[in-house]
Amino acid sequence: MFLYLLRRFALAGLMLFGLVCLTFIIANIAPADPAALAAGPDAGRSQIEQARREYGLDKPLPEQFLRYVTDLAHGEFGRSVASGRSVGRDLARYFPATLELCLVAMTIGLIAGISLGMLSALFKDSWLDHITRIFAVSGIALPPFWFGLLLQLGFAVWLGWLPTSGRIGVSTEPPDPITGLLLVDSLLRGDGALFGQSLSHILLPAIVLSLPCLASILRVNRSEMVEALRADYITAARAHGVAPWRLVTVHALKNAMLPTLAIIGLRWGWMMSSTVLVETVFDWPGTGLYAVSSAIAGDFKPVMGVTLIVGLNFMLVNLVVDLLYGVLDPRLRDA
Amino acid sequence: MAASRGLRLAAWHLSRSFASMLGLVLVTAIVLLALLGPWIVPYPDDVAGSVSLINKLKPPSAAHWFGTDEVGNDILTRVIIGARLSLLVGIGITFAAAAIGVPLGILAGTAGGAVRETIMRVTDLFLSVPGLVLAIALVAALGPGIVNAMIALVLVWWPGYVRLAESKALSIREEPFIEAARVAGAPSLRILWRHVLPNSLSPIIVKMSMDIGQAILAVASLGFIGLGAKPPTPEWGAMISIARGYLPDWWWYAICPGAFIYASVLGFNLLGDGLRDILDPRSNRG
Amino acid sequence: MSLLDIQDYRLAFDTFDGTLHVLDGIDLSLEAGETLGIVGETGCGKSVLARSLLRLNPEPPARVVSGSILFEGEDVLHLPERAMRRLRGRRVAMVFQDPVSYLNPLLAIGTQMEDAIRGQESALGKSRRPRSAIRAQAAELLASVGLPEPQRLLASHPHQLSGGMRQRVLIAMALAGNPALLVADEPTTALDVTVQAQVLALIAGLVKERGLALMLISHDLGVVAASCARVAVMYAGTVVEEAPTAALLANPRHPYAQGLIAAVPDLDNPAHKPRGIPGSIPNLMTPPTGCRFNPRCTLATDICRSDKPMLRELAPAHRVACHHAQP
Repeated sequence: MFLYLLRRFALAGLMLFGLVCLTFIIANIAPADPAALAAGPDAGRSQIEQARREYGLDKPLPEQFLRYVTDLAHGEFGRSVASGRSVGRDLARYFPATLELCLVAMTIGLIAGISLGMLSALFKDSWLDHITRIFAVSGIALPPFWFGLLLQLGFAVWLGWLPTSGRIGVSTEPPDPITGLLLVDSLLRGDGALFGQSLSHILLPAIVLSLPCLASILRVNRSEMVEALRADYITAARAHGVAPWRLVTVHALKNAMLPTLAIIGLRWGWMMSSTVLVETVFDWPGTGLYAVSSAIAGDFKPVMGVTLIVGLNFMLVNLVVDLLYGVLDPRLRDA
Repeated sequence: MAASRGLRLAAWHLSRSFASMLGLVLVTAIVLLALLGPWIVPYPDDVAGSVSLINKLKPPSAAHWFGTDEVGNDILTRVIIGARLSLLVGIGITFAAAAIGVPLGILAGTAGGAVRETIMRVTDLFLSVPGLVLAIALVAALGPGIVNAMIALVLVWWPGYVRLAESKALSIREEPFIEAARVAGAPSLRILWRHVLPNSLSPIIVKMSMDIGQAILAVASLGFIGLGAKPPTPEWGAMISIARGYLPDWWWYAICPGAFIYASVLGFNLLGDGLRDILDPRSNRG
Repeated sequence: MSLLDIQDYRLAFDTFDGTLHVLDGIDLSLEAGETLGIVGETGCGKSVLARSLLRLNPEPPARVVSGSILFEGEDVLHLPERAMRRLRGRRVAMVFQDPVSYLNPLLAIGTQMEDAIRGQESALGKSRRPRSAIRAQAAELLASVGLPEPQRLLASHPHQLSGGMRQRVLIAMALAGNPALLVADEPTTALDVTVQAQVLALIAGLVKERGLALMLISHDLGVVAASCARVAVMYAGTVVEEAPTAALLANPRHPYAQGLIAAVPDLDNPAHKPRGIPGSIPNLMTPPTGCRFNPRCTLATDICRSDKPMLRELAPAHRVACHHAQP
């Protein structure tokens, strides 16, 4: 187990370095002159040259790379050309919003996906199974930005049950962040009204974001449950008189959860991808919206910062998933 | 008891094939629309982008089934014309990604050693950044536009094929018939061509079918956020992006393009699912 | 009243290609404390029969066609699921073939035993006992099947145990409810030869000690002969001969039973060459009419192809289902 962990962490470190290299390469394939971008649209020749020196863009590439890495190690992601703000500070502000959205969406996806998958497997080939199956395929095929617009139209505009967009009401002053996750912060402060407000705002985007994830968790969990329920150890446990409820929710589900866990790790990445679309639709002030608006403005540093942060987050989540494998599977612990 | 069970079993088989049939029908319909588009649309003049402001933003009616857009063009016409672009782009991205990924994957799986290690680590690297985020970073570097969006998506998509082809090649390498061919003195390139490629083809075909749908969705997504095709190109995602500005009063504008994206992605996914049942029944779903 | 009385039991499996007539009119009975062995080739339906006693065959595809299985006077085939739960593990317990796949790989031995004990008790409507009491009972059970350090064993997982230990754990779990009947389905087939003898000895010891009735299912005549007083020979879903073990070994009457005994190698007499039975087991979707053994039988005549032979008592307690068997 110790060796397994050591290997896993070493691999993660290597990947992190690779990720830094990747963003550096992408930044340098840009056809536009970064110095010209940095100096602004009205800059003259001398100003561009000055910017080039200022940002170290006149140095050879290896030296630039070294500087890039040392800056990153100090949490320095560079400056946004458009706003002049520090990208690192922007990321610190926007990332909690995205994380909160993804966490809520994943919670919805997990609870609904696992329970529907379990029911589907228990009532295999019943009408319930057929409906969830159709639902699962749709969940992957629905364009999230379009589905988001439809939900906005239905629940916010026509029914008026939920707010259209944003994280909290326009007239509400956002509180000083503790964790940056509004739902958690409002609970920590004991502010019930704020909690309700954040919950009503996060509901629609989280549902849109969770749907593809829910669908694939459902599919995997269903087929794994069907498999597990057929297994010899379930027959034996039944023969030994284990209660049916416990048989399904512990003996079979635990086995079905191993492959489901792998999908959860993968889908977290998909979800991070979709935040780009969902945050655009719902004006959710997270890294997705930040990346999109910066990319449209040709503002390069923020996009690279988001790529790094999202990649890092995806890596960490997969690391956690791998560790959970060890918790769930005693055979791995001893390996 | 026996009869009801028999009925249910028949219904199950029907529904399974029903899903695949639906996929086939949807895909055929999209392909037909893409091929015949200009000749079957109700308002061929609107294809080139005529302006008729008297007709702008009309609700759905007998004359305009899905209403008209902000310059008075028939929405259905523009969406049908958009099918060709979406389909070509989806197929193009998928084939290009497979053309890069599959040879690399087979090479990694058969060569082993340092070659495999290098190819697989680079692959892992690309897979470590969630797809659309990486695509946006690439488009931001290359500049917006449909061609750059395609290039970015190919760069995002190829590693998946490396993974798949490598695992297939690895498992086939262990098979006795490859051993036999090697012992018989067949040159390794010939072994690759004659044995490894055909045997890893089924899962690759299934993945490609699914990926065409996902690529159509990805291109529309980039179009929607303004990094892909630019209006007035009749691209579904870009159309929804404009339609968004006319919500909620002219809500029907967004319905038609979105429904077409949904139908095509659903079609390719169902078809892929059906193909998997036929070609590759033992593989895991997800 | 017998402890177990199976009468004209027929079971079919509905598959998409057609119906498999897996069990065709089984008649067997077992008294309390009696040991009965069931032998036959793979696919003769002996495991399906064993599972029927606890209704563990998934329905569908399994379907009861006719007959009854009376356990202590109650028909198992028509008991509601709740009442079945009172039976499973408590009155009838089961030991399975491959101890690797019959233990849940992800749950600790203690958890699996605890769940079995709790499940049985809740089915009986008993109040919930504290965890420590249940663990103590589980440890006691493990010790009673000769496993050392039961406390440590409770915390370990199946993959940490040897095959023989796993089978002992499964036997301990089977004993948890203090059953009247132990059904052992090929309990030694997946084990090393040296371990096989230990496990058989353990089962024999427990049967004697606790006064259990035993139904031992095996394809190995030697295993059955060593542990059972009575043997039933099955062929293609029917019982073809049933007799006290010594009588069957010395004087088999049914041609299939004769063939089965002739096929066993004799270590004491290497000159004796084991003979196989020509042909193969019939397709159960379209079983032969009449006697199901007739296509492979050297004695078969027209009546064998038209009429199904019934079990007839040819000698005291020695019943044979063959038209040509003479007293």
